[in-house]
Amino acid sequence: MSEYRIQGNTGEWEVVIGLEVHAQITSESKLFSGSSTGFGAEPNSHVSLVDAAMPGMLPVPNRECLRQAVRTGMAINAQINRWSRFDRKNYFYADLPQGYQISQLYHPIVGEGEIEVTLNEKDPDSPTKKIGIERIHVEQDAGKLMHDQHPTMSFVDLNRSGVALMEIVSRPDISSPQEAGAYLKKLRSILRYVGSCDGNMEQGSMRADVNVSVRKPGGELGTRTETKNVNSIRFMMQAIEYEAQRQVDLIESGGAVVQETRLFDPNKMETRSMRSKEDAHDYRYFPDPDLLPVELDDAFLEECLASLPELPDAKRARYEALGLTAYNAAVLTAEAETAFWFEDLLAEGVDAKQASNWLMSELFGALNKLGKTLDESPVNPKQAAELLGLVADGTISGSIAKQVFEIMLETGQGASAIVEEKGLKQTNDTGAIEAEIAKIMAANEDKVTEYRSGKDKLFGFFVGQTMKAMQGKANPQIINDLLKKALG
Amino acid sequence: MTDFSRLGVAAIRDGVANGEFKAVEVAEALNTRVAAAKALNAFIVETPEMAVAAAQAVDADRAAGKPLGKMAGVPIGMKDLFCTEGVQTTAASHMLEGFVPTYESTVSANLWKAGAGMLGKLNLDQFAMGSSNETSYFGNVISPWRRNDGDNAALAPGGSSGGSSSAIAARLCPAATGTDTGGSIRQPAAFVGISGIKPTYGRCSRWGVVAFASSLDQAGPMARDVRDCAIMLEAMAGFDPKDSTSLDLPVPAWEAGLNSDLKGKRIGIPREYRLDGIDEDIAKMWDNGIAWLKDAGAEIVDISLPHTKYALPAYYIIAPAEASSNLARYDGVRFGLRDLPEGAGLQDMYAATRAAGFGEEVRRRIMIGTYVLSAGFYDAYYTQAQKVRALIARDFDNAWASCDLILAPTAPSAAFGLGEKNADPLSMYLNDVFAVPASLAGLPAMSVPGGLDKQGLPLGLQIIGKALDEQAVLNAGLAIEQRSGFTAEAGEWW
Repeated sequence: MSEYRIQGNTGEWEVVIGLEVHAQITSESKLFSGSSTGFGAEPNSHVSLVDAAMPGMLPVPNRECLRQAVRTGMAINAQINRWSRFDRKNYFYADLPQGYQISQLYHPIVGEGEIEVTLNEKDPDSPTKKIGIERIHVEQDAGKLMHDQHPTMSFVDLNRSGVALMEIVSRPDISSPQEAGAYLKKLRSILRYVGSCDGNMEQGSMRADVNVSVRKPGGELGTRTETKNVNSIRFMMQAIEYEAQRQVDLIESGGAVVQETRLFDPNKMETRSMRSKEDAHDYRYFPDPDLLPVELDDAFLEECLASLPELPDAKRARYEALGLTAYNAAVLTAEAETAFWFEDLLAEGVDAKQASNWLMSELFGALNKLGKTLDESPVNPKQAAELLGLVADGTISGSIAKQVFEIMLETGQGASAIVEEKGLKQTNDTGAIEAEIAKIMAANEDKVTEYRSGKDKLFGFFVGQTMKAMQGKANPQIINDLLKKALG
Repeated sequence: MTDFSRLGVAAIRDGVANGEFKAVEVAEALNTRVAAAKALNAFIVETPEMAVAAAQAVDADRAAGKPLGKMAGVPIGMKDLFCTEGVQTTAASHMLEGFVPTYESTVSANLWKAGAGMLGKLNLDQFAMGSSNETSYFGNVISPWRRNDGDNAALAPGGSSGGSSSAIAARLCPAATGTDTGGSIRQPAAFVGISGIKPTYGRCSRWGVVAFASSLDQAGPMARDVRDCAIMLEAMAGFDPKDSTSLDLPVPAWEAGLNSDLKGKRIGIPREYRLDGIDEDIAKMWDNGIAWLKDAGAEIVDISLPHTKYALPAYYIIAPAEASSNLARYDGVRFGLRDLPEGAGLQDMYAATRAAGFGEEVRRRIMIGTYVLSAGFYDAYYTQAQKVRALIARDFDNAWASCDLILAPTAPSAAFGLGEKNADPLSMYLNDVFAVPASLAGLPAMSVPGGLDKQGLPLGLQIIGKALDEQAVLNAGLAIEQRSGFTAEAGEWW
């Protein structure tokens, strides 16, 4: 889609990017033990004998984790492997109790698939691109070392040890930081829709290893570096930009890119070498003899497929068919929780366009101001539907609705109660409105004359004046009708 | 007064059930024998109070008229590879010296549930790696047997379940648990003139058993006769959801099914096991075994297991490969030995801990295993060995077309003297040559006494059966037992 090029001294350079995304699978318990996966617990409070790799302990696969990986694979139209197997990746580290990570090298549970990304999700005319997915495999997370608890010793927290991860490996089909960002956003959106990962990068439940190389456009692939554990979309885009530029500068100054693992430092906005290929571990992968191959039967696969929700692309098309603009449909479907909020409003009987407009202009604006996410919204869809219902049935006007909404945000009171208590019901009392109109026309004889001589735009002025005199509570339709009659 | 050391599992169980004696009397008698046999070094830890407590519970249950378990009142030895709650579990290593599990292995828990009691934890080759018990950190076990040449050389009890074999042969316990990865139940049973069966892979849960090579490790009983093995295997076996490789099948009533009439059974004699230079006594015993089975009504057929000669090399690639990974958890971080030299970092701690905690043979196998899994060597060794393993399994599958059971020697020799083979690991490994094929194929295999050699030492006959057909294996074992007239015992010199 975008022709992203780095301008070097020797001409243009193309960037080749592949992402390995580690996504924590949403499940109550760990991949091979019954321990809780809860976040933020006291260190070592979610650790079973298996997680601590005590002598004689054995892994037993958690079917739910496999199910989530399969559902994710189905959501990206990937090949689901009915026969897969777990392998051991052997290395020593204090946060890895078994001395090996159980992963899937040779036979992953999910094979090739693809994700279609739009560079600008909000632009209906933005071009799209298909990014290939090489595989998704399931593996264990490691524990965590704590270096700040003791002057000379490091402590080990095994709460995360054994938590299930999906590693989603893309093809090197990505050619700009923007594409990488769009890919990661779309992937996160799909994971959230499917419910297989909460996509929370801040808490580390989703992180990316970024493979970057550069080449002359259309030329041979260059040597790649892998930048590990990048934990935000913005950082990832910065890391790619920095790393691609670094490689171009290096090559053009006569050097060569070394295949190595690097780290991104978000403070300095640069990547740093962690270890070179020569220091790379020999992981001695081999099939885990404690586990049988994973075989998936028809019933299991059918259940996985049936349990998939409507996915963002399909939802977006359906919203457009409901009469929403392409832009609104794109925004409302980008995140599962937004779409679910919107659909909750529809379920409460709110009209689709009214719901979409109100969400986009009122709710998003208010949340923005409050610095809250949709999850933390002080007003829930049911309460919002009550408010919108009052507008729809003419009980209050749109402008009064804004006031009522503000009070709802502050007090948590229901819309009807606020309208009742503050006397905000719009009036249909034609006599009162006519009296005010008469006063306004008397005070603005010049404008009446102008209007009558053809300056139609002034109609709005009279509406505004009348509404102001009625303290906003008059039914706008009635004001319109009465003004038209009075002004002739 | 009854000499309880002469009673087997069935006799103790029945005597307790019939009220001929109290379980506590048996436990106390055997506790005394265990305490008096320290010269054999069969036990790493003695637990006389646990044997008595279990016996008291059985006596109380009987007095209360409650139903009694399959092993009610039978005190046994527990190979120190099984984790036992509250009792040190070492795998005969310095690495786990002082390690006290907070959990009980499934197999040992099954035995306690069946009414057995624990006399103590039995010595073994370190992490079950060895064929002579000389790799134990706690000193080698000595076989109660001696050659008839009068020189009283200390002999190997076999391995790795050498504490189990020695203790049973010395009548310190009527039965004991063993584990068999490449012959570790059968070879020690053969060396001391007792019986032992490795069931089909998956019959006994591996949960709570310190792992050596996961795809091969299998627990089984060792006892002085076939019936006792059948009883104890019933108590040990069973599906365990905590072990993914456990077989989800009901446990057959092996004891009730014992039947030494082999009419209609075809016994295969694998020609590849008749190695050049086979020991004369071994060859003779094998011929006797053939005659006994014929006498029991079986038909003898010549069979071929063409890939037999590749079994040992394949085994010594696969088992160390798995071991090198299984033993990675002994790193000094969470339990067991930690050697943290002054100013040491993490890597130094690993190196120091593992150098100090593992014996030479364990280190050798970790090195071999690490090597065969390394980049560039994996396909040449590990992948190739797995292919050989599949071919070995296919050999057996093909053989089952013409036979129901296979008869072979258990080991190529009688017990050797301590120190005779440990200088040359390869000659030690060769002792597993007949045992390893059944392990690679996951098949049930049993050793029963087949007679004595010229030196007056026991020899074992091995019966290999089809997967899940432990019954046929036990039945053939019983037929041999009834005909071999094997009553020899080690003299009580200790």
